[in-house]
Amino acid sequence: MSCLADKFDRLSATYPAQMRSSLVLPLLHLMQEEKGHLTESDAVFIADYLGVPAMQVKEALSWYTMLQRAPVGRHVIKVCRNISCSLMGAERLIDYLKQKLGIGEGETTPDGRFTLLLVECLASCGTAPAMQVNDSYHEELSEARIDAILEELS
Amino acid sequence: MTEPRVFFNFEVTADSHTLAACRERSGYRALEKALLSMAPADVEKEVTASGLRGRGGAGFPTGAKWFFVDKKSRVVYLCCNADEGEPGTFKDRWIFENSSHQLIEGVLLAAYALNVRHAFIYIRGEFDLPYRRLREALTEAYAAGLAGERILGTEFCCDIIVHRGGGAYVCGEESSLLTSLEGFKGYPRNKPPFPAVKGLYQAPTVINNVETLATIPWIISHGGGAYAGIGNQNNCGTRLFGISGHVNRPGLYERPTGYPLKRIIFEDAGGIRGGKALKAVIPGGSSTPVLKGFEIEQVSLDAESVIQAGSMLGSGGIIVIAEGTCMVRLLQVLTRFYAHESCGQCTPCREGSAWMDRVLGRIVAGQGVKGDLESLESVTRGIMGNTVCALGDAASMPVASFLDKFRDEFAYYIEHGRSMNDGRLEV
Repeated sequence: MSCLADKFDRLSATYPAQMRSSLVLPLLHLMQEEKGHLTESDAVFIADYLGVPAMQVKEALSWYTMLQRAPVGRHVIKVCRNISCSLMGAERLIDYLKQKLGIGEGETTPDGRFTLLLVECLASCGTAPAMQVNDSYHEELSEARIDAILEELS
Repeated sequence: MTEPRVFFNFEVTADSHTLAACRERSGYRALEKALLSMAPADVEKEVTASGLRGRGGAGFPTGAKWFFVDKKSRVVYLCCNADEGEPGTFKDRWIFENSSHQLIEGVLLAAYALNVRHAFIYIRGEFDLPYRRLREALTEAYAAGLAGERILGTEFCCDIIVHRGGGAYVCGEESSLLTSLEGFKGYPRNKPPFPAVKGLYQAPTVINNVETLATIPWIISHGGGAYAGIGNQNNCGTRLFGISGHVNRPGLYERPTGYPLKRIIFEDAGGIRGGKALKAVIPGGSSTPVLKGFEIEQVSLDAESVIQAGSMLGSGGIIVIAEGTCMVRLLQVLTRFYAHESCGQCTPCREGSAWMDRVLGRIVAGQGVKGDLESLESVTRGIMGNTVCALGDAASMPVASFLDKFRDEFAYYIEHGRSMNDGRLEV
């Protein structure tokens, strides 16, 4: 964990010294980038590092949607299913993805390549329908676009 | 284009977001003007004179918000609310991707006026390119002496800290944003005390939306009076309106307030897809009450005009719905969203939003029963006004307005166990 602690230190230095507690979410994000998903012991590690109650970090871990508490595939596909995307065919594309990947919402393909998540508004309403693969946004989706996007991912 | 533009005043190219390009279109001149020739109070005076209202949704006058803060307090914080998540809204994202420096300059001007040493930009966690563009711009600004210590060689120092959210809609509510920024799950707080008195870490705090702050450089450059002269008198200026849904040219349009709603839909956005008739419009983000097509005839993009029509202009996210759309299933998209995003703190919202979603789910599954609509209405009444933050109201208003405006469709669905419109959402 020493390399991680270095990264923690660098991030902590960007916040005012009296705001240790504010680092809970940034450190959870950082740790997730390193590890893929987070466990309670990760939360305790962060709490110890910051000197805040472990319960505070555990609560945050269980509350924020972007934090993954179970292993995910190499590529996490998050498809928007909110109003503007629905009006532009999100349901059809979600069905297409489920069929293509052979998995349901929240599941991971057996080869560990893809996890399919359905999410709420990504602020892509003007370029709907939209999805996010890992960090990258993909917009104005169609079945053909989805085929091309998935093909490029190992 | 003869009307003034605060945002869409340059051509977007591969490098139009850089500091060099921003400087060519007079970026940071307002900051220079303020730091070298204006007192902090003069900056506030211009903002007050401009009549600028908050662009996050509530429309509170920015000058008044600043006035309430004790600038002599030992610590004052500024938080830029960039947790853009109201369904139908995608304007702040454009600012980050194309004009981050404009926002940074606005943050610095506000920090100067309010005696702020540390400013925070709370940006929603999902944002990728907007986040990277903001980080790049900040790096450029620090390197050029435009942020950090002794800005432009003056005594003014201000650090800008970018804080990524965790994917919670409620954190766009200002007090929830503060709780989240303090490292907790984002429960909203009771008001009073207002953030202007006790905000981040109990210090006086101003929270402004991205579009609001990014407008301030224009106001300082051209004067508050010039800004007040744009658009309608009581809700002046230009705004970024996002149009989505069943239109031919969805996207972001900068228009002066008072611009006709019908015109932005039928001319700018190219009218309804497939030449269909207009069924309904949600004028200000998904939380605002739905209007029927014919109700928008006289409505203009002005807060008061939309209120008169029975809705709200909110965040300026206009969602357009064509004839043939199933309003029952569309409402369920929204009840599912609010049930998911209710933070869990207040019982009426936590239980009520989930209850409404279950009843909608039952109706959509063809198992609605007599009394379901009355029961939904009773739940909305139980939530509205009875929660710490506005999310409860936001969850209730779509339900109440959909039932009010499209009751026959709901009644049909319950009676026949199927949609009057084949359950279509896409046209």
